[in-house]
Amino acid sequence: MSDLEAFRLETREWLEANCPPGVRNRPGEVVWGGRRCQFPNEDAKIWLERMVEKGWTVPTWPKPYGGAGLNDEEAKVLRQEMARIEANAPLFSFGIAMLAPALMEFASEEQQLEHLPPIARGDFRWCQGYSEPGAGSDLASLRCRAVRDGDHYVVNGSKIWTSDADVSDWIFCLVRTDPDVPKHEGISFLLIDMETPGVSVTPIELISGASPFCQTFFDDVRVPAANLIGEENKGWTIAKRLLQHERAMLGETATRRGGANRKGLVEVARDALRAPDGPLPDAAVREEIAQFDMDRMCYGATFQRSADAARAGRGPGPETSMFKLYLSELNQRGADLRQRIVGADGLGWAGEGFDADELQITREWLYGRAATILGGTSEIQMNIIAKRVLGLPD
Amino acid sequence: MVLVLSEEQELLRDSARDFAGNAIEVDWLRKVREQGAAGFDRDVWRQMAELGWTAIPFAEEVGGLGLGYAEAGVVLEELGKALAVTPYLSSVVLGGGAVDLGGSAEQKAEILPGVCDGTTLLTLAYQETARHDPYAIETSAVKTDGQWVLNGRKQLVLDGGSADRIVVAARSSGAPGDRSGLTLFLVDAGAAGLDVKPGLLLDSRSAAHVALNDVTVGEDAVIGEVDGGAEILDRVFERAAVALSAEMLGGIQEAFDRTVEYLKEREQFGAKIGSFQGLKHRAARWFCEVELTRSIVMQALRAIDDGAENLAEIVSTCKARASDAFRLSGQEGIQMHGGMGVTDEADIGFFLKRARVSELLLGDSAFHRNQFAELKGY
Repeated sequence: MSDLEAFRLETREWLEANCPPGVRNRPGEVVWGGRRCQFPNEDAKIWLERMVEKGWTVPTWPKPYGGAGLNDEEAKVLRQEMARIEANAPLFSFGIAMLAPALMEFASEEQQLEHLPPIARGDFRWCQGYSEPGAGSDLASLRCRAVRDGDHYVVNGSKIWTSDADVSDWIFCLVRTDPDVPKHEGISFLLIDMETPGVSVTPIELISGASPFCQTFFDDVRVPAANLIGEENKGWTIAKRLLQHERAMLGETATRRGGANRKGLVEVARDALRAPDGPLPDAAVREEIAQFDMDRMCYGATFQRSADAARAGRGPGPETSMFKLYLSELNQRGADLRQRIVGADGLGWAGEGFDADELQITREWLYGRAATILGGTSEIQMNIIAKRVLGLPD
Repeated sequence: MVLVLSEEQELLRDSARDFAGNAIEVDWLRKVREQGAAGFDRDVWRQMAELGWTAIPFAEEVGGLGLGYAEAGVVLEELGKALAVTPYLSSVVLGGGAVDLGGSAEQKAEILPGVCDGTTLLTLAYQETARHDPYAIETSAVKTDGQWVLNGRKQLVLDGGSADRIVVAARSSGAPGDRSGLTLFLVDAGAAGLDVKPGLLLDSRSAAHVALNDVTVGEDAVIGEVDGGAEILDRVFERAAVALSAEMLGGIQEAFDRTVEYLKEREQFGAKIGSFQGLKHRAARWFCEVELTRSIVMQALRAIDDGAENLAEIVSTCKARASDAFRLSGQEGIQMHGGMGVTDEADIGFFLKRARVSELLLGDSAFHRNQFAELKGY
């Protein structure tokens, strides 16, 4: 038996024994971690503890950082075995997906040992302080100011669209440390504990009625200078790299906060069209669903091709730059199609006449409009493709 | 299934790229057109056969290389970039595929070695309706005194004018539209009563109208089971749709690459037109379509070789995507080339022309969306 096969058997055995029923086949349930972590049930808490113990919340990370030091092949086996029993991921966070890869590349060893293990354990929940009211797509024009004062930076300004800032413990921030140089050259990357005096958070209500985004204010917030990642005024390099990780995350996952869609489009259409079997009687709806399914298949093949190339040591290829652009639009199209198919049943906002599923379809459709704006608008993604992949001139 | 080229496949691609880049010029399409005689470059075909490409998807016993569609696709993509006119699809994939999938051991031994070395040209006569409709076959096959008598008309018989033998799909029972009741027959190009009228298509390729007037063949001309022809046809069409998609991918990539280059060269308003966001964003969206097409073509080629369970779904997804992406590529290519794009002098127009023909061959995206929905049970 090869080592990998042995690993598979061990893994399977351990998962069978340790993965509780409450975290199996529960699509859409996400544990984000943090001081105020909310678990969907007791099993999810036990599951996280057990996986943290194994280092399997971040299986490929080195052990000192809270991982298990698995190689890519072993990590794939673990994913496959978890998928086999439909086990939910024990933990997902911006800390894992976005911040940690940047820390591994740019932070000092001391900083890595301070911040990575708590991310692996889900002790702290991180949010991203990038956009500002005056700096959206033009991110580098940010003005949130950090002024050095002895061993500290004093931060003043505000950040907007800080996802989940109201439930986060720490924020990784881009701040302006030099206002007198070209805009890309005066930015620094700073980690700020949200419990520091002077930090305040106001949720922003969206068109869907939900408030996943906040505005975060900094009023004379004193941050230890030890929390600066990389060199002062060299933060833009880190910022760009982190945006790549964000794009990768957004290209890999459907929007996690929408929850799992309970029914497939065909099932929704069968209900709405009162066509329990046979060809869907509305040819336009049928055609649109087919196109959507086929596009998803093509996207899946592209994602696989990229992963296969990376495993074969030939990636990542230019195709990765289209992931965020295409997937966000694809998901948006799916939510829009779903809402149109259900017709009058999808028009409800509140009240007893509509069931929870119907109301959620409406909210998801509205929330879905954010997908092509957050993490770099579709237009910014296209600028990036035009410049970096196609080499078109400025 | 791994969606990445193996080292052997990369070598094959490099050799095909060298060959297509040196031996084939898009300008050849103009010459063929001027001559008015439909056909292909026999010299190019002979060289391709010498390189072994015509033998790729056939078993070694019949003179093939025993490779798969993943390999054939690599070559077809490079040929597609050069808009090469060859009878690969008609002879190797359609005609050769029918014999390979449905023929008896004797038939294969007799016919396929010639297909493998490029000396025998086959084609498949299936289409009778304006739009692709695989079972809408009226051409009749009636058995009299141990002989089959064929009567009917076919169109869009690819390279029909140069084929040595034509595989004819005819109806031995049932009514047009029925899946059952179809039988495949091998008919010699010189058979009495066979009237082949070659025509030049808008992409400078050749396809024939074929009339069968009491064409008589023996029982040994039947490929596969009598009335069971659809079993073979379905699989031949799957292979052909994917092989064609691989060729289309080459055309898509080339039209895209040429246009992006043009955007970097052409100046208007004192700037390269590629600096205009109106064009950048369209180029970026087009790029996505190219990448998606590449992925599904790679998946479909390998799905054929692996005999994937959901092969038919993948095939329909592949041909639909390639059809739409190639149409887009032809249209955007011309639009972004501006006035030059609509002149005959510029090559980009040939990509639009090939896009239209290959889009409609073997089912366009509307056909395949319908197929896909049917396969999925909705």
